[in-house]
Amino acid sequence: MGYHWNWGVFLQPSATGDDTYLGWMLYGFKMTIGLSLSAWIMALILGAVIGVLRTVPNKVLSGFAMGYVELFRNIPLLVQLFLWYFVLPELLPPSLGNAFKQSNPIVQQFLASMLCLGLFTSARVAEQVRSGINSLPPGQKNASLAIGFTLSQTYRYVMLPMAFRLVVPPLTSEFLNIFKNSAVCSTIGLLELAAQGRQLVDYTAQPYESFIAVTVAYMLINVVVMFGMRWVEAHVRVPGYIGGK
Amino acid sequence: MYEFDWSSIPGALPYMAQGMKISLEITVTAVLVGIVWGTVLAMMRLSSITPLSWFAAAYVNFFRAIPLVMVLLWFFLIIPHLLETLFGFPRGSDMRLGSAIAGFSLFEAAYYSEIIRAGIQSVPKGQMAASNALGMSYGQSMRLVVLPQAFRNMVPLLLTQGIILFQDTSLVYVSALADFFGAAYKVGDRDGRLVEMLLFAGAVYFVICFAFSQLVRYYQKKLKTA
Amino acid sequence: MISMNKVSKHYGAFQVLTDCTTHVNKGEVVVVCGPSGSGKSTLIKCVNGLEPFQGGQITVNGVSVGDPKTNLSKLRAQVGMVFQNFELFPHMTIIENLTVAQIKVLGRDQHEAEAKGMQLLDRVGLKVQALKYPGQLSGGQQQRVAIARALAMDPICMLFDEPTSALDPEMINEVLDVMTELAQEGMTMMCVTHEMGFAKRVAHRVIFMDVGHIVEDDSKEAFFANPRSERAQQFLAKILHH
Repeated sequence: MGYHWNWGVFLQPSATGDDTYLGWMLYGFKMTIGLSLSAWIMALILGAVIGVLRTVPNKVLSGFAMGYVELFRNIPLLVQLFLWYFVLPELLPPSLGNAFKQSNPIVQQFLASMLCLGLFTSARVAEQVRSGINSLPPGQKNASLAIGFTLSQTYRYVMLPMAFRLVVPPLTSEFLNIFKNSAVCSTIGLLELAAQGRQLVDYTAQPYESFIAVTVAYMLINVVVMFGMRWVEAHVRVPGYIGGK
Repeated sequence: MYEFDWSSIPGALPYMAQGMKISLEITVTAVLVGIVWGTVLAMMRLSSITPLSWFAAAYVNFFRAIPLVMVLLWFFLIIPHLLETLFGFPRGSDMRLGSAIAGFSLFEAAYYSEIIRAGIQSVPKGQMAASNALGMSYGQSMRLVVLPQAFRNMVPLLLTQGIILFQDTSLVYVSALADFFGAAYKVGDRDGRLVEMLLFAGAVYFVICFAFSQLVRYYQKKLKTA
Repeated sequence: MISMNKVSKHYGAFQVLTDCTTHVNKGEVVVVCGPSGSGKSTLIKCVNGLEPFQGGQITVNGVSVGDPKTNLSKLRAQVGMVFQNFELFPHMTIIENLTVAQIKVLGRDQHEAEAKGMQLLDRVGLKVQALKYPGQLSGGQQQRVAIARALAMDPICMLFDEPTSALDPEMINEVLDVMTELAQEGMTMMCVTHEMGFAKRVAHRVIFMDVGHIVEDDSKEAFFANPRSERAQQFLAKILHH
């Protein structure tokens, strides 16, 4: 076939002149990492809180947490992203909405993306935390209460430390998902990896190289995260605990 | 304060219904192809023939490592071009729907294959031994004994994956194909009523997905007590 | 020490306990027995409020358990409890299991708590296991640790909920020995158990329960020599004849 392979394209100066195409790729790579990590931190904190709330013996709190999870689970990620990016600024009080709309577009895109990915993932983290807590033997809660712990001490010293250990393996796949899902944010113009790959196709006429490079970059992230989480798993393992293997 | 104006919606309903038809077409085809191809992959993965199991492992891990958006971009931007040059497809023919269906099917098959593999492995090993002891071949044991039990346990997970897939079909937005979401977005953009159309689209997705997931949950409960 | 007056409990329409009345005096060892499903585990869990009840009163050391104003955590800190499945905290070492509540509930400092913990581990013969995790110990060892964990709180009485039912037969005695020793030191104890040998040796009184009622509440001599109800006679015949 007549395709002319040219891997050297990445070292050529980019169309805007101030960088190479490799530089574009690196910019996108950093954006993907930065966005995913900040959204992940948000998802972990919110997800832990919501997941715990789902298990507490209080109908209002657990009902709220359930509604939260159902809401974020049953609307497509892309729709959620557009709601945060296009709709929320319109519905905010005008002063706040205008301040957002007048800020740097990159900041707008990044904030909307982070909020979207963070909340979307937090609902999924919450489900994992809930099932982790529910999979603890019921006697553990009784034993902690019997020894004189209050309900909050029971959560803090006994149930949560165990639940989080149980939850590490399923969280690995959520952590991987957040990197993959971040590619959706290219649709609002955020220049992360997938968006840069697309730009490269337009500018260089070397579509195969661009897409292969981006695909490999995602696979690299995948491998690094997987090994990282395996390390975490080994480190939080409880000696002798079945199911904690 | 923002003033809502929902008047764009009634007139746009037929157009959005057309879009919904496309969304569902992609979903249903990809679920069916994904389950069949996923079952084949799962059996390859579990087979004792090393090249087959390696191929299946590589396929599954590859598709699970990259974002769906990337897969779709490959299928919208690169593969049609490849087909044109390789097989002399007429240049510029609109292959977006076909590309979308193919992309989703191949991508989802990787996820389905993992669900099916776990399902097959959840059937106790003794069942295979017992079928072999009755004189059944590997294929017979699989088809008559193991797979029926495995699928029974997997149905809720397969359906849940279907709901996720239905939500993910909105990503065909990257090719400007007018699925339900694409249609809603276009109308909103045209009438300057993006806020209302996006809220409406979100609500429709929520109602469909929530109702379907409650059905799955109900079925799951019935399965447990049966 | 423990006083129950007409305690009743139901889950919806299902009556679990009906008008249970009994008293456990200071220094007394009371064994609660009965067929499975008779409500004995539920009864003992009512004593420290792990199971809520709807009718009657329970007081422990003069404090009402059912009173919503009672600080249950404070009460439970004074009442030791040992469970059928040990319920050690799997993510903490043995010594941490013994110290965590001393530090967080009683406010003892780390040093004092560890000293107390080691002393109790020594007492149940497990001092060398202090730095291991529960999953690395046998069932009998775990249950001895669980007893030591309860004792570390300096309880005024101890509740045992079938402490040997989950153990392999060869491990039952090591646990019963610790309990016997505790009884001989004058600890107030309420034990749900099927170990009739232990009841004969150690108990002062035996309570027999059936379908949520306290059917017999008598000195152990009277109970074993001449159970009054037919149900208790059948129960004893079944449990003693093998």
